[in-house]
Amino acid sequence: MTHSYLIAGFGGQGLLFAGKFLVNKGMMEGKEVSWLPSYGPEMRGGTANCSVIISDDPVGSPIVDHPNILMVMNLPSLDKYENAVQKGGMIVVDSSLIERKVVRDDVKAIYVPATQMADDNGLKGLANMILAGRILKELGEFNDEQVEAALKKVVSVKHPDMYDFNLTALKLGAAYEG
Amino acid sequence: MSEKVLMKGNEALAEAAIQAGCRHYFGYPITPQTEVAAYMAKRMPKIGGTFLQAESEIADINMVYGVASTGYRVMTSSSSPGISLKSEGLSYMAGADLPALVVNVQRGGPGLGGIQPSQSDYFQATKGGGHGDYHMIVLAPSSVQEMADLTIKGFDLADKYRMTSMILADGTIGQMMEPVSITAPEKKEYDKSWTVTGTKMQRKHNIINSLFLDPDELERSNFARYEKYAKIEAEEAMAENYLMDDAEICVVAFGIAARVAKNAITEARRQGIKVGLVRPITLWPFPVNDLKAAAEKCHTFLSVELSMGQMIYDIRMATDCRRPVELCNRAGGIIPSPEEVYAKIIDIAKKGGNL
Amino acid sequence: MIIFDKPKALTDVPLHYCPGCTHGIVHRLVAEAIDELGIEGKTIGVAPVGCSVMAYNYFNCDMVEAAHGRAPAVATGLKRADPENHIVFSYQGDGDLASIGTAETVHAAARNENITVIFINNAIYGMTGGQMAPTSLPGQVTQTSPYGRDVKACGYPIKVCEMLAALDGPEYLERVAVNNVAHVRAAKKAIKKAFQNQIDGKGFSLVEVISSCPTNWGMTPQKALQWVEDKMIPYYPLGVYKDRSAKEAEV
Repeated sequence: MTHSYLIAGFGGQGLLFAGKFLVNKGMMEGKEVSWLPSYGPEMRGGTANCSVIISDDPVGSPIVDHPNILMVMNLPSLDKYENAVQKGGMIVVDSSLIERKVVRDDVKAIYVPATQMADDNGLKGLANMILAGRILKELGEFNDEQVEAALKKVVSVKHPDMYDFNLTALKLGAAYEG
Repeated sequence: MSEKVLMKGNEALAEAAIQAGCRHYFGYPITPQTEVAAYMAKRMPKIGGTFLQAESEIADINMVYGVASTGYRVMTSSSSPGISLKSEGLSYMAGADLPALVVNVQRGGPGLGGIQPSQSDYFQATKGGGHGDYHMIVLAPSSVQEMADLTIKGFDLADKYRMTSMILADGTIGQMMEPVSITAPEKKEYDKSWTVTGTKMQRKHNIINSLFLDPDELERSNFARYEKYAKIEAEEAMAENYLMDDAEICVVAFGIAARVAKNAITEARRQGIKVGLVRPITLWPFPVNDLKAAAEKCHTFLSVELSMGQMIYDIRMATDCRRPVELCNRAGGIIPSPEEVYAKIIDIAKKGGNL
Repeated sequence: MIIFDKPKALTDVPLHYCPGCTHGIVHRLVAEAIDELGIEGKTIGVAPVGCSVMAYNYFNCDMVEAAHGRAPAVATGLKRADPENHIVFSYQGDGDLASIGTAETVHAAARNENITVIFINNAIYGMTGGQMAPTSLPGQVTQTSPYGRDVKACGYPIKVCEMLAALDGPEYLERVAVNNVAHVRAAKKAIKKAFQNQIDGKGFSLVEVISSCPTNWGMTPQKALQWVEDKMIPYYPLGVYKDRSAKEAEV
């Protein structure tokens, strides 16, 4: 089985970080993994994205053109990538930031008002992890022990409080029904 | 560090260089390889090494020339336009037979070009780049693990043959993260009697030099160097042969292009098409024998490149033009998609060919 | 009784310089300084491109030939490779140091790189046959300024010591000449100090030596030395342009 994630939105939304968390979790579970950021001036405020592959088989190209999981945090990214998603795939939308619905009916669309939820719960800037938590839940891969272990790998030891905030966000996402 | 950790290709390369005993790094900022410099800037002061951001690539390669003259392991890294500036120094280093590691995380060109991944410095890397008759050993990593492994290999080959090794990577391999394990290699001993570290008043002075005003002497030095090159061509070429046993179509690709090609080959194999991949790991020396062997059983070759088609000439030469060599390429920083490569394979399979 | 002896730091290879050229004098002064400081065994010299390109044959210490203008960068590498055990000097002409290698010179000085630079300023490209140098005087006739250096078209000469003195980096900058005995003695003192500074870990020390090039100036050796006195020195005044340690000692 292969999960091909495309995580897209604005620079500064923590897209690369969410990807790092997912790829660490995959590696710790013994999967073949790759993580590839878009890079360049777009990192500083424009549209940015990150390709993550978690697979039972060796990873060929690390570039995800046709994700089976699309996580989007701005409208231009939904417009750009909706049609690229594999049939039967999943599109997870931050519905606080994107008003429109997914048009396709051959994919599973999940709407999470992640930015609003983050603000309401004192987790400003962690909408990315709320969405990641929701995705893992949907995949049946939200296992407390592995989530915590992977998070420890990616949160800087200099900011131990960030670990708690991130974990809360992940759990909040996983618990979100809708 | 032997357990697997997730690292960016550029960082894995930098750590591997340190594990290989490199304690001197000189560079100048340019996208997309800045992680190498940033990593070195953090690590070198803590292990008693040198990190120096030079005033230009022209200066940094000459600092490399200076350290290389003393026999210590030394490296620099850059991306395409910066490598052009270093090329003067690379020619002098070739002329003075100095070992060093130079990294090119390629971006699109010519000129200032762009900052997205490219392989359009293939000619520059494998055919010279600087003036005069010379080669560098050119290694083309296709994964983060190879960024590390080939860096260590590059230092060893540089010391073994007293010449420059180049890691010819691309922005994708440099920027991507994959699990990697880096182990300090076994320390090997190399002849360092030629170095300048002070005579200690115990030997005649050594001279590091590429000037030979007497044409006979200059010619002799060139012939001697090419004898060494012939030995390297015979002994050091490396390639991965992927699904080549029964292949009738041979895809040739290196670096990121090879990974894209593997996706396309997997799909084509599902459709029953007998296609395989020869992935050059050394671009100089070019893995001529692997290509010759492929030409015995494959009716058509397909070169997949992030350039206007540069390696394709080496494929034709390696196979003595016995088989048609087609090209699937994108340029300017665009990576061919697996679908594009797949379509080309299907196209070739439909046309068929004679053996 | 020994009346004349050759410094040990010089080889027996006959110098290729033209009659009346002052490179030989400066080579000797450098070699004497190396001898007197007892550092030949740990010294590595960097030769330039230009007339002194083959300096690597003349010094007994380890030598490296650099690309045109790059000697300060090469010297930086040599020094940083083993700062405790390497004494590194570059020997460069005006085209090399002040034209094609300006960036390397300025930045090595700005870093206060702990190296010694011997800078030969004879206001002309010698080896390529007498072209205008960055230090050629206004009005000076050369092969590429046949009507005299026109400052409107070619700009003004670069005064290296004055330029580098504006930087916070360098330790020691002095301009000397070798056109008479008194000047040679002063030059010797400056060159030795430039090496001593490196031994003491003080940093970038450059000695600019106003030299003559009778061949390309189209003069007899005697006339060339007079031209140094009459034309060069007034434009390039001799003296210490920076001596940080001495200045700090005063304060």
